[in-house]
Amino acid sequence: MRLINRKPGRTLAVFLALVPFVALVVAYTVASEMRLAANPSDRLLPSLATLGETAARLFTEGDRRTGEILLWNDTWVSLARLGAGVAIAAATGLLAGLAVGLLPHARAALGTFVAVVSMIPPLAILPILFIVFGLGETSKVALIVLGITPVLIRDMSQRVLDIPRELVVKAETLGASSLVIALRVALPQVMPRLVQSVRLSLGPAWLFLIAAEAIASEAGLGYRIFLVRRYLAMDVILTYVAWITLLAFLIDWALRALSRRLYPWAGGTL
Amino acid sequence: MSFVTVRDLFQSYGGRPILERVNLDVPEGEFVSIVGASGCGKSTFLRLLLAEERPSRGEIRIEAQPPAQEPGRERGIVFQRYSVFPHMTVRDNVVAAEAFPARWGRLGRAAARAARDRAQQTLERIGLGHMGEAWPAQLSGGMQQRLAIAQALTARPRILLLDEPFGALDPGTRLAMHDFLAELRAETRMTVFMVSHDLEEAFKLGDRVIVFDKPRWDPTDPGAYGATITYDFDARNGGIPFQTIPSTRLTEETHVLQPA
Repeated sequence: MRLINRKPGRTLAVFLALVPFVALVVAYTVASEMRLAANPSDRLLPSLATLGETAARLFTEGDRRTGEILLWNDTWVSLARLGAGVAIAAATGLLAGLAVGLLPHARAALGTFVAVVSMIPPLAILPILFIVFGLGETSKVALIVLGITPVLIRDMSQRVLDIPRELVVKAETLGASSLVIALRVALPQVMPRLVQSVRLSLGPAWLFLIAAEAIASEAGLGYRIFLVRRYLAMDVILTYVAWITLLAFLIDWALRALSRRLYPWAGGTL
Repeated sequence: MSFVTVRDLFQSYGGRPILERVNLDVPEGEFVSIVGASGCGKSTFLRLLLAEERPSRGEIRIEAQPPAQEPGRERGIVFQRYSVFPHMTVRDNVVAAEAFPARWGRLGRAAARAARDRAQQTLERIGLGHMGEAWPAQLSGGMQQRLAIAQALTARPRILLLDEPFGALDPGTRLAMHDFLAELRAETRMTVFMVSHDLEEAFKLGDRVIVFDKPRWDPTDPGAYGATITYDFDARNGGIPFQTIPSTRLTEETHVLQPA
């Protein structure tokens, strides 16, 4: 039987899914043990036990001065920035995408402009954002918005253009105005796609968030990682990285579940 | 009196003529089948009837009204594919035909309930009463086309356009759809234009079968001339060929490349 036609059973599938994770942990443990054997005070690859202790401390113990648990505080601050940025970008992308995709005049006016703007490297204009918006929350949210909106607009425009011409004509013959076609034909059809695009742009969104926090911030997950880097606190950095990864994965999973729930007609997507 | 009047219709894309001097008079209630080889302009003609495109020259009028600028409620359409809205339930697809002319595309609560009841009756009549809550993707091809026809008729168009509506269906379903369409037509006496690839279907359903072909042919430049109506058959008596040829200068020639 050809390899392309061999399918794993359920148990094997679960096992195979676990293999890379286990391999990663094993590789880390071995490397860590080797370094610690050579130098017990090595800080680069702390043992899993040390990592566990640090994680427990970070998640439960408050700051000695304020009693606030820094990790949770960092998490809320970062999630608020990320949420605001992604929400603004998604709304803008959806509206502009509908306009560009449905209205030839909007397409003529915005199509090339969006294509050019999307080529600006967002990190290159981060200094401008800090100068214009100051070092507060606005500049960090603005970086996320500027970073992912052009891609979302382009993707949404294309999705609207991809709606079969037949469906639009059909709506016209049923007496729908441009507004009704936008609201009742185009909007519902691109919503599942919007969720999908937002899921894909979460990666860049985290990148811009952490970059902005690393450069100028007083709290946040990215800020903390770059702060403790000075003390070579690998145990803290690794805990934060794992925590960010888990958060990102959970958000992605939640969006996917939401999309399946809200748009059952769209069929399953990745 | 002529209900649909087509006068001196020309259509060309980028200088390439597709249709030339098409003239047609169709009385109200007639079922016109449109046949012809691929690329002979029959789909272009249907798009012109639909007002999705406007002709380079000439005009199409329904009941002497000014030619339409864009598709509207007076023209109903059923396509071969993508004929219903995939994001609405089967029943909402029928309700949409009543709700779309509203400002926001939705009806008020009482009107919506009434429209849903009417839609349910429509679905019962076309044998989809039990599928009201299903998504169109859950329907078979024949069911989807039945739904599409019901949806188009709910808007009460003056003319119904069918673009190879049964082209994607298996032969058995296709026969059932013929009966379904014939029944609906007997009820509504609607004026219908149907593009078809299937001659048998065209003669069986149509009162009249018109054939699109190129009356002039340049073997060194096959795209030099456009197509027009070359045959106009009366198909009421089971399609016993009785023809009126619109052009007097027409010669019978098969446009198949002959070996030199």
